[in-house]
Amino acid sequence: MQSRIARRYAAERRFKALGLGAVLLSGLFLAFLLFVMVGNGARGFTYTHVAVPIDFEATPLTIDASRLDDPDADQLIANAGLSDIVAFAADEALGDGGSALISENAWKEVRSAIKADPNLLIGKSTFELPASSAIDIAAKEGAKGELGARVAALKANGRLSTGIHWPFFRNADATDPAVAGIWGALKGSVLTIVIAFLIAFPTGVLAALYLEEYAPRNRWTDLIEVSINNLAAVPSIIFGLLALAVFINWFGLCQASALVGGLTLALMTMPVIVIAARNAIKAVPPSIRDAALGVGASPVQVVFHHVLPLALPGILTGTIIGMARALGETAPLLLIGMRAFIGDVPNGICAPSTVLPMQIFLWSDEVDRGFVEKTSAAIIVLLIVLLSMNALAIYLRNRFEKRW
Amino acid sequence: MIQDELSIPDPKMKAKGVSVFYGEKQALSDVSIDVGTDLVTAFIGPSGCGKSTFLRSLNRMNDTIAGARVTGAIELDGEDIYAPSMDVVQLRARVGMVFQKPNPFPKSIYDNVAYGPRIHGLAAAKADLDSIVERALVRAGLWDEVKDRLGESGTALSGGQQQRLCIARAIAVDPEVILMDEPCSALDPIATAKIEELIHELRGKYAIVIVTHNMQQAARVSQRTAFFHLGTLVEYGRTTDIFTNPKQDRTKDYITGRYG
Amino acid sequence: MAIVNEHTVKAFDEDLNRLRGLISEMGGRAEQALLQAMTALGKGDQELAAQVVEGDRKIDALEAEVEQLAVQTIALRAPMADDLREMIAALKIVSVVERIGDYAKNIAKRVALMDPTRSIEAIPVLTSMSSLVAELVHDALDSFAARDAELAVRVTVRDKNVDDFYNSIFRTLVTFMMENPKHITESAHLLFVAKNLERMGDHATNIAEMVYYVVTGERMEERERGESPEDSAAAGQEQG
Repeated sequence: MQSRIARRYAAERRFKALGLGAVLLSGLFLAFLLFVMVGNGARGFTYTHVAVPIDFEATPLTIDASRLDDPDADQLIANAGLSDIVAFAADEALGDGGSALISENAWKEVRSAIKADPNLLIGKSTFELPASSAIDIAAKEGAKGELGARVAALKANGRLSTGIHWPFFRNADATDPAVAGIWGALKGSVLTIVIAFLIAFPTGVLAALYLEEYAPRNRWTDLIEVSINNLAAVPSIIFGLLALAVFINWFGLCQASALVGGLTLALMTMPVIVIAARNAIKAVPPSIRDAALGVGASPVQVVFHHVLPLALPGILTGTIIGMARALGETAPLLLIGMRAFIGDVPNGICAPSTVLPMQIFLWSDEVDRGFVEKTSAAIIVLLIVLLSMNALAIYLRNRFEKRW
Repeated sequence: MIQDELSIPDPKMKAKGVSVFYGEKQALSDVSIDVGTDLVTAFIGPSGCGKSTFLRSLNRMNDTIAGARVTGAIELDGEDIYAPSMDVVQLRARVGMVFQKPNPFPKSIYDNVAYGPRIHGLAAAKADLDSIVERALVRAGLWDEVKDRLGESGTALSGGQQQRLCIARAIAVDPEVILMDEPCSALDPIATAKIEELIHELRGKYAIVIVTHNMQQAARVSQRTAFFHLGTLVEYGRTTDIFTNPKQDRTKDYITGRYG
Repeated sequence: MAIVNEHTVKAFDEDLNRLRGLISEMGGRAEQALLQAMTALGKGDQELAAQVVEGDRKIDALEAEVEQLAVQTIALRAPMADDLREMIAALKIVSVVERIGDYAKNIAKRVALMDPTRSIEAIPVLTSMSSLVAELVHDALDSFAARDAELAVRVTVRDKNVDDFYNSIFRTLVTFMMENPKHITESAHLLFVAKNLERMGDHATNIAEMVYYVVTGERMEERERGESPEDSAAAGQEQG
């Protein structure tokens, strides 16, 4: 008898230890992932800048200051040869080949500054211009040879500085790591997810309500249930093929757009929402329905006044899980064209765009070493978005769960 | 089944030849019974005898069960409640129901009672709704206990109070008949006694039908008792007669505890 | 018609059986008391009479016991229908049987007051009447034990014979008293004995009526009574 008790205690201790071990292991993996990502990506948020004085009196920009507010101001400034002015100023300030030390797109920063403050066109000011990608890497990682000497020289002159790389958050993709930004992909992701939500959530919830509350239990509904469950397990790339064939080729909708992306992800997420919603609706006790029916509520009133509010926490949780999964999807969006290089921030749901995971994939493929840290930085951005979505889910769930 | 000497003048509900099937299985055979206005009628019988099934067919709650089929006629004030022209939602406002396990909505006490009147449009203004809620709670014997906390959740009350809340909720829509399916089986003796006293007070205003497997309770609260067994109505009579001198042997065996 | 099935709760049946046993015992003792009292009267046996008086205490004790058991069963078992009627009937029957016992005691007490040397013709007649009464009491209690409604009805019918017996003894004794004034005391006692016997017959009928109620749930129809001197006196006064 005693040995049985001792064995039982030992078994319980083992079980607890195993559980704790599993939790610790998962925590370890998570910590490792975060550590590596943050380690690699933290530097992606910063960029090396070179201080370059530009004298607009010596090298004036021939442009009518009053036209700086026009929509085509960007074009005007470009045509006025701002890039040459900047290159000249760099050569002057940094010595031979100085213009090679700054990013070839650095003049665009000057352009933005001028548009913001036209007074800069009169007189002399020092601009913190983004360095070229090579200099940036050399400064961050420490390089030997000629590049290293250049960096050392700049440092000695006090021209080198490191700051938050704002273009990363403002711009769309570009070939030059100095100006390549995440905003295009982020906006594309947001638009895609919003469209996916607006399509998948009502359809999924209404489908679940119908299947649970109204549909008779016969072979057809069993078939539908099996189909939906299987749909949730279909590999996501198949949805991409479907989207290509139906939305793009047959309906002729805009390629690589947030609209088509959203539709594709909606198709993917809907089965998840239906399953989660059905379970949440099933969990509402029949006593509540009986009580409502007994008081003379119609079936629609029972559903919308009682069942849905009580099932909402579960539905929301399932939806957010589905949405979070959709946010990280790459495969289906590959086939609808979001794989292409999109240089502009999308300005509508029909404009060509890309999504965050796709951008990460594209950057990871780039040859230029400047994109390595950008990839990690983009991953961090994606993780932050996902964490925020989960936090929202938990908040919403707690808020609705309190009432029950 | 015997009902002849039982004069029930002007019955509120009449059932004739009612049978209920769940798919292939027959749960109730050929039940004919009159339910009197201003009376409490008790249905007694062993488990599975069909009394709850019959009760639920009086307000068409069996409609919610897939595969349930009701044959025969049930009339409320002379109208067939299973006719296609009968609106089930309206029927259930006229024939209310209180269930075995108290099931208040997860809303405030006020909203629980106000829900029915709201969806049936019984109150034109908030003041009307307030008075309907107050009257229902007073009639249910709950007003004094909750009048200062109408905003609290209905599920925070004790079991007995929750059941009285459910009764108030049923009363609030001004029904003509109240059906009670074993309303006290989940309650302690004091709460049970309060509900029985409440039934006594409600007697003149509504026709009440109560299903109970506690014979003493049926004896205490009802004026007419019907004994069901294996899906048939075995005997229906005045409560005093059933419990002092039943005519059918099966009835006698059941109420003296010789059954089974 | 015997009880065919038992209660699901067996303890209930045990209580009921104990109750019936006590009532049977009590009835048996009352019967025996009656027979012994009449024997003592016939022989002038004062020792036997004293035994009867003493034995009545046991009958009273049994009544108290049955009452307590019946009340307890009602409280604890909440009997319904025929069980309930049986409880109520048991309570009433034991008070009746106790009365029968008291009458027997009363007869026994008179034995000491009678002169054993005088022998009165009426006494053998009384003895016959008492056997009839004893049979009635016996049958009434049998009908209770057997739940026999028909036997109960017959008991009430046969009581008419007891009433007739009483009427004739009454007239005989009155005539005897008028002719033999020296024997008035004994004759008076014998009158009382006769009245006691007649009352015992009525009590047996009460028992039978209650048995009928237990079995059928209804009251027995008013039975045909034998004419009693009280009735004829009233009738005579009306006429005269």
